[in-house]
Amino acid sequence: MAFTDEQLERYSRHIILKEIGVKGQKKLLAGKVLIIGAGGLGAPAAMYLAAAGVGTIGIADADKVDLSNLQRQVIHTTNDIGKRKVESAAETMRAINPDITVNTYYDFVNSSNIMDLIADYDFILDGTDNFPAKFLINDACVMAGKPFSHAGIIRFKGQLTTVIPGEGPCYRCIFKNPPPKDAVPTCKQAGVIGAMGGVIGSLQAMEAVKYLTGVGELLSGYLLTYDALKMEFHKVKLPPRGDGCAVCSDHPTITELIDYEQAACDMKQ
Amino acid sequence: MKITVAGETKEFDDGISVSKLIELENVETPQYVTVSVNEEFVDSGAFGSTALKDGDNVEFLYFMGGGR
Repeated sequence: MAFTDEQLERYSRHIILKEIGVKGQKKLLAGKVLIIGAGGLGAPAAMYLAAAGVGTIGIADADKVDLSNLQRQVIHTTNDIGKRKVESAAETMRAINPDITVNTYYDFVNSSNIMDLIADYDFILDGTDNFPAKFLINDACVMAGKPFSHAGIIRFKGQLTTVIPGEGPCYRCIFKNPPPKDAVPTCKQAGVIGAMGGVIGSLQAMEAVKYLTGVGELLSGYLLTYDALKMEFHKVKLPPRGDGCAVCSDHPTITELIDYEQAACDMKQ
Repeated sequence: MKITVAGETKEFDDGISVSKLIELENVETPQYVTVSVNEEFVDSGAFGSTALKDGDNVEFLYFMGGGR
């Protein structure tokens, strides 16, 4: 596949990078990334991946744009209030880059649809806002052997890790089970600074780009934490994938997906 | 003894347990924190019985559930 003049111009700042070049840009255009959650994390990630020319981007979310989203979910505008988030996000992505294909999934992920959803994608990005979804995405990606970026944000803090199933530790290696509902606050309860989604979501997009192009070292085996008030990043080395994990060890005890109960305050209105 | 907590090296009383360190460091939601000592996870049931040594490297890993 030869690049058009427009593509050469559009992606010129990538192509000039010796680590990316024409070869890397072709990998991005052939790449397929699924973003679950079109919110604080998913918004900046989707915009950067669209701009980067990731050829196929899937976006899943069952919500509609609300006024309270706009403080951080930069892919949506005031005019989008009431619109399905996946549609609003897709419009922005297509406007940024008509060169790509965007697939929308107006649905909550659950144990019965997630395996089909992730099957067609090379890399998954967790931009969800609750523990049941985060554990579900981890378990499904481990079972399907799909690499993914996990992230979480709250108040002035954020963290992320990249999971390469079969190689590095997974989310469940760190946290065995979801906390009881309402035991650990969500963004809705505790608040989150808007730019936090921009910082952490952009780092997730960076991991997706690195994975697709094979450039650099992924954040597998580490949890990177960011404290905006102290303005500190801290990279925590994780123990290697071991025998102890219920889902990613060689002898897992969790072999079926689990729909955990969602925190009451986060249920749909 | 000196222990490195989240990258910062500090002075503590000799032989304190992981539980005591959690208390001294004012860990939020201590019942749900994951602790690693020298890059190995400590089972939450063993926090009280795990004594720390001079030079240990301790990390607290917290649940962060937000994102949308």
